[in-house]
Amino acid sequence: MSSSVDAPLPALVVTNLSVGFDRTVVIEGLSFEVRHGSALAIVGPNGAGKSVLAKTLIGVLPHQGTIAWEGNTQIGYVPQKLDIERDLPITGGDFLHAKAVVSRASEADVASVLGLVGLKPESVGQPIGALSGGQFQRLLVAAALIGHPTVLLLDEPTAGVDEPGQDSINHTLDRLRDERGLTILFISHDLSVVYHYATNVLCLSPGHACFGAPRQVLTPQLLQELYGAPIAYHVHHDHRP
Amino acid sequence: MTIDPNAIALSVAAGAAAGLVGCFAVMRRMTLAADAISHIALPGIGVALLLRIHPILGGVAALLVGTLLVWGIENRTRLATETIIGVVFSTALAIGSLITSGEELIEALFGGVGHLTTVETTLALVLALGVIGFVLWKRHRLVLALVSPEIAHTSGINVQRLNLYFLLVFALTIALGLRYLGVLLVGSLVIIPAATAKRLARSLPGMLVISVAVSIASTTLGTWLSLSLHRTPGSMIVLVAASFFLLSLLRRSSA
Repeated sequence: MSSSVDAPLPALVVTNLSVGFDRTVVIEGLSFEVRHGSALAIVGPNGAGKSVLAKTLIGVLPHQGTIAWEGNTQIGYVPQKLDIERDLPITGGDFLHAKAVVSRASEADVASVLGLVGLKPESVGQPIGALSGGQFQRLLVAAALIGHPTVLLLDEPTAGVDEPGQDSINHTLDRLRDERGLTILFISHDLSVVYHYATNVLCLSPGHACFGAPRQVLTPQLLQELYGAPIAYHVHHDHRP
Repeated sequence: MTIDPNAIALSVAAGAAAGLVGCFAVMRRMTLAADAISHIALPGIGVALLLRIHPILGGVAALLVGTLLVWGIENRTRLATETIIGVVFSTALAIGSLITSGEELIEALFGGVGHLTTVETTLALVLALGVIGFVLWKRHRLVLALVSPEIAHTSGINVQRLNLYFLLVFALTIALGLRYLGVLLVGSLVIIPAATAKRLARSLPGMLVISVAVSIASTTLGTWLSLSLHRTPGSMIVLVAASFFLLSLLRRSSA
């Protein structure tokens, strides 16, 4: 087997991955590759195993098959939902400071990521349980960016964020991918966002998986097979590079 | 009335340790677990009394074994921590009440006054300083694991090991208060000051400071009241701590 000199190296190679709980198989025999500096969108209906795949990729769930990350990979992870008590006396600042200390990042890095995600200092001073859904998601994205990650793994990073906020976060992540060569894996139900920002799409569905460029994968027929219903989405031709 | 300086030193150190550990126990929703884990000390105290060795040593040994047992079963079976602690603590209480009797049982359950030797005080102070050091050193890791174990994992934290260390430190903190508060009341020293702080604080440093202050105030004031009123220190310490909690309710409702 030979590889082209110009081809980007794989940041992640997944081979024959299977994940299950008790007697339920969630993911079976999944193989795919993510190139360094690319953006992979993971799509599929509820219960297809998207979040399970994300947790397996970061190494917190037992699995069969192999998951090979590029050497020195540093993952910034945004989980899907967190069960946070409203009166938990931990501020956004406490959380980001903790992430910075553990990641050996400086307070200047913290200030820098806050600017990137558009989170105001007064929001950071509030307890995390008191933040709105959108503010909290921005906080999680900011935390994921602390410590100079090489890979971002984002499970619905803009869930609950207002539309201008979603655009802003998506643009920022895309810009960081461009500028810093970040590899991004993101789970999204918004197919317009997937079409716009992903370089490849991995679709998961019970008994059905597909992988390819958005134009190849996000076709009406494949989406109908995947979701079991016709799916429509907007394509922003003016923004597509 | 003479106040033993050893008792004062231990009250302050144990109070600070309990205040710090309690913050993370309360935020991790281990309130009931705290109460239950303390009961695991009882069979150890019973065995120590039978073997005529220091009862607290038996209690500490039982707490450490019980903690490892809870952690091991949790990791093997994936049962909820509360469920496992419930089973282990009931079993421990049953065994403990079988092998301990009379006054010894009452003292083990509710604590006693007794004079502290210098060796006892020194050991307890070293233990307390170790607990305080652990919480202050690991607080950032504990915060990340509390908010999201997955974020903690991707930040390079071994969450399973951190949980074990926390449970062991928690058990040692319980052991620190065993002599004065007894098996039934010692859990409250960990929980009530932290619960009070959680109501009043708006940030992690604020919670840690308030919890330690309430805890030290409870142990020292409770000890002084017990000597003045000729009551057991455990009951007085818990009543003082509970008063602080009630006051925190008033302040929140008037805000």
